[in-house]
Amino acid sequence: MADATTSEYSIEVNDVSMIFNIASEQLNNLKEYFIKIMRHELFFKPFRALDHVSFKVRRGEVVGLVGTNGSGKSTMLKCIAGVLEPSEGSIEVRGNIAPLIELGAGFDPELTARENIYLNGALLGYTREFIDAHLQEIIDFAELESFMDMPLKNYSSGMVARIAFAIATVTEPDVLIVDETLSVGDVFFQQKCEERIQRFIKSGDVTVLFVSHSTEQVERICQRAIWIEKGVQRMDGPASEVLAAYRAQFG
Amino acid sequence: MVTRLSARPEGSHVSGRYAKDRFILQQLVNKDFKLRYRRSVLGVVWSVLNPLLMMIIMSFVFSYFLRGSNVENYPLYLIVGNITFTLMNEATSTGLRSIIDAAPLLKKVKVDRWVFPVQKVFSAAFNFSFSLIAVAIVMLFFQVLPTWHIVWMVPALALLMVFCMGVSLLISSLAVFFRDMIHLWSVLLTAWTYLTPIFWDLSLLTGSSAPWFVIAVVKANPMYNYLEMMRCAIVYQSSPEPMVVVLAAVWALAVLLAGIAVFRKTEHKFILYI
Repeated sequence: MADATTSEYSIEVNDVSMIFNIASEQLNNLKEYFIKIMRHELFFKPFRALDHVSFKVRRGEVVGLVGTNGSGKSTMLKCIAGVLEPSEGSIEVRGNIAPLIELGAGFDPELTARENIYLNGALLGYTREFIDAHLQEIIDFAELESFMDMPLKNYSSGMVARIAFAIATVTEPDVLIVDETLSVGDVFFQQKCEERIQRFIKSGDVTVLFVSHSTEQVERICQRAIWIEKGVQRMDGPASEVLAAYRAQFG
Repeated sequence: MVTRLSARPEGSHVSGRYAKDRFILQQLVNKDFKLRYRRSVLGVVWSVLNPLLMMIIMSFVFSYFLRGSNVENYPLYLIVGNITFTLMNEATSTGLRSIIDAAPLLKKVKVDRWVFPVQKVFSAAFNFSFSLIAVAIVMLFFQVLPTWHIVWMVPALALLMVFCMGVSLLISSLAVFFRDMIHLWSVLLTAWTYLTPIFWDLSLLTGSSAPWFVIAVVKANPMYNYLEMMRCAIVYQSSPEPMVVVLAAVWALAVLLAGIAVFRKTEHKFILYI
């Protein structure tokens, strides 16, 4: 990750393909593996989840990713977040990423919310001093003051999402990745999250990648949209045009 | 409702990958320690009690059984050997599953994968430090005073931890592709327990007419060398033989290099198998 200010692009996706080798059978066993190799029975079926996708996102731009289920949107986001490594091509992201891909990933159900805030903060790359200083802010935003010392396994999924969102957005990130995040939690919290994201957008410094099945939401929040279908990039342009084309395919 | 947003304060994020990994390591060790004794009445006291109880039972049984050996201070000999072997046992058997167990995290969060097997070694070493209290109690009880040779503990433990990190990196990556490793490793650990002079001592082997290669295997066994270094520091209060130190160092470095090599070669495929 280079310094966020050195280039006008904060995300560069260069000709990225993601190929999963789907084995003909799931083999987790040495014996089976050797038998299959000996008999030449082990076949892999390559599956292209992403097929030569390229785009660049300027600093402060808000881009929506659209596509039907299984089209590769989440794979794309995971590649950008650094969880998956692309099979071909390269991805460059400048600055700190706040990935709101699956809220609560990296939480341990046995630990209390307070302990999880530190664990998750470490995974996000925060310093201990920073978490110490902003703990109250996180708790206030999540509105879960009285539950802080309760193990997370007793939390509802909405409560987990509140904490996860509060940690990931306590500081202004350089790149914010939002994947269906806003669909969890109650209406009031959803509104609160959207307000916070809107504030990031208005600051002009935060690059936002947004995935949602609600085309209205994408149109409302994003200026630009990228349409990925079956791993292939179909369209890239102003949100209204791309979404019009996207809706048109359903007749 | 007003929520204050911090406007990109300086120092919110750690600088550099290693600072981040270090904080993650600390948090994971912390988490393991908290979860280990959550809801137990005696809590961390168990880390002291466990080796003590083991020592009492084993010295009760074996001091009659091994009457021919010439070990002075058998209980101390036993507890030092036992806790040192336990450190390796715990570090590698938890390290073995570390990548598989971290699957939910690895699938969703960007994090350097090596921190998981390495963290298990630190967690085991942290638990080990409580066992040293048990050793101190035994030394007090038998009125054994440490001499300057106690400093040999430092290189002994450092090399043992490096060795364990190598083993953990190696077997944790193999376990991702072949879950057989989990079963195989428990068999290997049991065999290793008997091959290592934990409750017996080497003079029983050299004194009897054991074939030379059996003795060679026992002496080349990395765990024999780490145990010997630890016992020199605490029990015999002398400096270990140069050969022991050399073997301990060579094993540690060789296994670490092998572990790193295998881990780096395979880690990119982990996500497809966990």
